[in-house]
Amino acid sequence: MTTDVTSAAGAAGPGPHAAQPPRPGGAETPRDPAPPPPATTLPRTAGTTGTAPERRRSTGTTRQSDVLALVGAAAAALSTTWLFFTRLAPFSGGLGFVVCAYLLFLAFYALLVSFDEDGPAVRDRIASAIVHSLALLLLVALTFVLVYTLWSGRKALPHLNFLTQDMRKAGPLDPLTVGGIRHAIIGTLIQITIGLVLTVPAGLLCAVFLNEVPGRYARFVRTVVEAMTALPSIVAGLFVYATAILAVGLDKSGLAASLAISVMMLPIIIRASDVVIRLVPGTLREASYALGSPRWRTVWHVVLPTARSGLTTAVILGTARGVGETSPVLLTAGFTAVTNYQPLHNPMVSLPLAAFEFVQSPQPAMIARGFGTASVLVVLVLALFVVARVIGGRGPGELTRSGTHRAVLASRRDQQRFARRAAASTAATATGSTASAAADTVTTSSAAADTVTTGGIAADGPGRTDTAEQDHAHPDQGPAQGVDGS
Amino acid sequence: MIVRSVSIRTQPRPAGPDHGADRRRRLYSDSALPDRLFHAVARSGGGLVLAVMLLVGGFLLYRAWQALRKAGLGFLTTAQWDPDAGHFGIAAVLTGTVLIATVAVVISVPLAIGTALYIAEYAPVRLRRTLVSVVDLMAAVPSVVYGLWGLFFLQGKVIGLARWLSTYGGWFPLFTVDGADPHDPLATATVYTASTFVAGIVVAMMVTPIICSIIREVFSQAPVGEREGAYALGATRWGMIRSVVLPFATGGMIGGTMLGLGRALGETIGVYLVISPVFAIQPHILQTGTSSVSSLIALRYGEASPFGMSALMAAGLALFLMTLVVNFAASSIVARSRSGATAE
Repeated sequence: MTTDVTSAAGAAGPGPHAAQPPRPGGAETPRDPAPPPPATTLPRTAGTTGTAPERRRSTGTTRQSDVLALVGAAAAALSTTWLFFTRLAPFSGGLGFVVCAYLLFLAFYALLVSFDEDGPAVRDRIASAIVHSLALLLLVALTFVLVYTLWSGRKALPHLNFLTQDMRKAGPLDPLTVGGIRHAIIGTLIQITIGLVLTVPAGLLCAVFLNEVPGRYARFVRTVVEAMTALPSIVAGLFVYATAILAVGLDKSGLAASLAISVMMLPIIIRASDVVIRLVPGTLREASYALGSPRWRTVWHVVLPTARSGLTTAVILGTARGVGETSPVLLTAGFTAVTNYQPLHNPMVSLPLAAFEFVQSPQPAMIARGFGTASVLVVLVLALFVVARVIGGRGPGELTRSGTHRAVLASRRDQQRFARRAAASTAATATGSTASAAADTVTTSSAAADTVTTGGIAADGPGRTDTAEQDHAHPDQGPAQGVDGS
Repeated sequence: MIVRSVSIRTQPRPAGPDHGADRRRRLYSDSALPDRLFHAVARSGGGLVLAVMLLVGGFLLYRAWQALRKAGLGFLTTAQWDPDAGHFGIAAVLTGTVLIATVAVVISVPLAIGTALYIAEYAPVRLRRTLVSVVDLMAAVPSVVYGLWGLFFLQGKVIGLARWLSTYGGWFPLFTVDGADPHDPLATATVYTASTFVAGIVVAMMVTPIICSIIREVFSQAPVGEREGAYALGATRWGMIRSVVLPFATGGMIGGTMLGLGRALGETIGVYLVISPVFAIQPHILQTGTSSVSSLIALRYGEASPFGMSALMAAGLALFLMTLVVNFAASSIVARSRSGATAE
């Protein structure tokens, strides 16, 4: 690689020299009828005969010496540390071994690289090695937490009764073949459903507000939402305890727990949807305004459907957070061992709370149940994330194949309908000239509607048709008001 | 219908043709009732969030007032927590909270910056999206899972490191451990467990993904032109990062760290499971026994008398105000820095 570069630089070097001879002889037109077009002249040295085909150059930046330095430094560091730990010094401990080996590795690597590179390149290599190892350390540690939980949950999970029974009949000393977490699963489902019913409309409304009604107030609200994202979860629990339970007089119940979860989920959903709605292309909005549609129609028919995939992701991410909240539920839900379907009365347990209560017991079977519950929770969160990833893989306005197909069909239907109506109206009022002008307007707006439709609005198929009908039933009102206002 | 609309369109024209300069025009045609309704509903959506935040602060203050009036300024300086006897204050729990959060941030910031740099600058493009969603997933893993890991795995494994640190770093006041004798082979190891240090590691695992995803966002917004300029001047990749990416992202890095600090201050379950609570100011981070505001609330809410509940509300209010200050500072730093990226 290095030699290639120098030869290329060499090619630029002799360029002027090669160009020099023709310049004084430029007057001799018979020998050189046309001046040669500007081109790079390759130096023809004696070694390379011009007939040999040029070798394909590698554009990769990894060289053999890099790999060798890396492997060599690793081997040297490992063996030196081993020598120290077993033969020379009274060191011991796995963590110490790893740390020593790593520091020695960095030193050896710097030394090896410095044999054939200069200072900045050595620093670059060292920084690269450190960044790679930090990232590896974090990812391994986080993955380990998950794997550790799943692995410790293996004792409880194979028993089918773990998922189908509640803890009503299981005492603290009973083995894993009795009792399970059905009550916690059902409790989690009920609480998160109530939470979603409360937070999804409110969260989407607030996200729409932040984007569609911009101004100083919206900026302030955005700051408050950011602060609310970091609201300590125990404070959310205390808040609901102080309001719903002490002031309103609700029981410690599923509803109170859902309220506490909602306080935690709301800012997360708002911020994730805010980001997604901000990404909706402005051209789509402008197309809708240009058709004279009012703002709420623009939001309902253009902005929200375009951002649908991202909004779903936002809601799922909020759900994943809400499912795992322990401390707000701890203060508000109470604890029970029986299945409770009523969110209004009596305590209701959720998965994280059950895991938390199980591991407080010193019994190994209970701790195994705690890990089993945590594993179910982890699997649930993982599944939610995978779903979010699958749904949210597309940007705003980007359609799937079938979505595109539906949009094209809907747009074709609209076009036919407009054509029919235009024909009918011309036939009906063939006498007046104003009518034909109006028909013109309708046709133009239908063409524009087609453009917007293929942009990804009408993905919801037949439901759109009647609203579109309504939309274009008074095609005159929009523009008229627009002029009115000016 | 159509004719009327045309007449509306044309009539105002002759009324004021010689107004001269154009008046400022409205960009939207939203003077109709449904649109005003939409406006109002959307504003109420924003108002809802404000109302919730105000209610949180207001109700906590209202419930805490009784205890605060009784304790007075002693609430900030008393270390004990015995509200029914009249001796209670948040000096110890507040110290514990701040120490745990500090340990967590000190551990997590290098990890977060390294991982963010790797994802934004070094990782192959194909891997990048996967890594981003893995980090996001880690941020959403329930805290009880990290708590279980800390309680059953980390607690035993950290003893060696804690003993080493206190033996060779004991001259540093934070690393002192009372009652530990490194030369006594039979000394119990329990003085090193359930400490601020262990809780700090657990909390660090929870906040690192959050800090990492904020910092990565800021890194990836570093201007391409300046990056290429650095490369064109012959910079290595690290040279480019040091001269372009890191200066650009300084504000974002500080802001992300403070947002992580805000999370670490409020962490409950992970801390509660790991520590053994003491109600005295405990500055030795390696020694067993510490406390935090949130774990105090989780520990005492069950047996609290009405007055005790009021005292717990006061502690919660203090925590709420602390996280609020940290977060507002963080978001203003992020917003004012050149990167100006919003978090997450």
